Amino acid sequence: MNNSYPARENWRRLKNRLILGTITVLALIPTVPLFLILFQLLHKGLSSLSLDFFLNLPAPPGEPGGGIANAIVGTIIIVGLATLIGVPISIMAGIYLSEYGKESKLAHAVRISADVLQGVPSIVIGIVAYAWVVRPMGHFSALSGSVALALMMIPVVVRTTEEVLRLVPDILREASLALGIPYWRTVLKVVLPTGMVGVTTGILIAVARIAGETAPLLFTAFGNQFMTFNPLEPMNALPLVIFNYATSPYEDWWQQAWGASIVLVFMVLALNIVSRLLARRIAGEK
Amino acid sequence: MTSIKNPIFRTEDLCAYYRDFMAIKHVTVSIPEKKVTAVMGPSGCGKTTFIRCLNRLHELTPGARITGKIYLRDKDILKMDPIVVRRKVGMVFQRPNPFPTMTIYENVLAGYKLLGIRLPKEVADRIVEDALRKAALWDEVKDVLHRRGTFLSGGQQQRLCIARALAVKPEVLLMDEPTSALDPKATLQIENLIVELKSTVTIVIVTHNMPQAGRISDYTAFFYLGELIEFGPTAEVFTNPKDPRTEEYLTGKFS
Repeated sequence: MNNSYPARENWRRLKNRLILGTITVLALIPTVPLFLILFQLLHKGLSSLSLDFFLNLPAPPGEPGGGIANAIVGTIIIVGLATLIGVPISIMAGIYLSEYGKESKLAHAVRISADVLQGVPSIVIGIVAYAWVVRPMGHFSALSGSVALALMMIPVVVRTTEEVLRLVPDILREASLALGIPYWRTVLKVVLPTGMVGVTTGILIAVARIAGETAPLLFTAFGNQFMTFNPLEPMNALPLVIFNYATSPYEDWWQQAWGASIVLVFMVLALNIVSRLLARRIAGEK
Repeated sequence: MTSIKNPIFRTEDLCAYYRDFMAIKHVTVSIPEKKVTAVMGPSGCGKTTFIRCLNRLHELTPGARITGKIYLRDKDILKMDPIVVRRKVGMVFQRPNPFPTMTIYENVLAGYKLLGIRLPKEVADRIVEDALRKAALWDEVKDVLHRRGTFLSGGQQQRLCIARALAVKPEVLLMDEPTSALDPKATLQIENLIVELKSTVTIVIVTHNMPQAGRISDYTAFFYLGELIEFGPTAEVFTNPKDPRTEEYLTGKFS
């Protein structure tokens, strides 16, 4: 009888370790695909990365030395323009929801619309941008792609802006109002700057999300074999290069698609890391 | 109740509501100029609501409204632009609330900067030094004016908030339990400051702390369930209260 106690204790200790081990393994499973993806990308694409790859324009299949310079520039321009279009609208809407609309019917309608818009499939957003911008202009353009991406970005930034501004303590609003500062100035000069780091984090997350979108660009920005800086012309972008090269019949283009994937993934990863660091800074300030 | 000659504030039949709840009931009182008036009473009696009526901050709460009259000297502030009222009637809050995005210097000038008023550097420097000296904070922060105000200790932050309120040269300073979040030493500094300030500005202070009211106030207003049940010179209210409820509160029967 006396001997069974240590035995049972050992069994409990063992059970404890078994369960901890199982849970740890299960927790690691979600990280496995990420590392597999990174491994696969580096394995297949690293060989196509070279200075020329970043600096040269695409070459015809079979010709060596082709690059994706125009797609990198194109992605920066298209995403940048989308940010310029989407961010002011989103921030104003977020300010409205947090500081003015609050619990009003209009505010609820805006919130629901944003949530629904966020759920619209990106291919549908692409078609809509085609109908709204490409058809009236008569040709594909980077601008139409930016409009599509802005539509994808807006709901994300609206909701994060609202959430971040709601976290700004009321005592700061009151401090400003008690100094005789009008409400709109209080919002713009006290509430918004106080929440700015959070708003910026939200924008970076949204930018990271849209940078890799392909479907909205297929019939808007369309793609371009040449370098262009004109947003009114068709423009190349990293997701388009990957799509077009990967679906082509040429082996050296497949290779380049892997290379372009590495560039895109690391751009998005960098944005995510920066936004995490910013978010940590907010957490540290509180 | 005690009558006050040439009061700076005078309320007539003032009532304040949160939706259907009547938080202040028919208060008629005169607040003397350049004195410290303590507003006392048990929790939830309407003290804070009362002073928030005086700078029209009360009406910002959704569903809040005010009836009756509040005169600042001879003008009914309920008919004035609240922004103008708040320039004349400053406020210090329970918890220190310097603007976290601003330096100490910018915090003191917030009343100008946030309005978009640009001051010449000499004028700005003078206002900052003046306000910080009045708030007894100058010596402690004169070398770190361009650091964030949130790096200061709680007591220093509260004095920074007092400096910020004083910088726009208000006639009245409302204080809502300004020391309740501070340690005893910081509390004492603020109390000394209040006594010094009353030569230049009228102070209305909400406090839970009876000894504090006794130390610093000239007059005491005692609220109970939204009614003003006693008002008079502090010494008189404390030693010889006319209303039995005041006496019960002062002797600790309820709080």
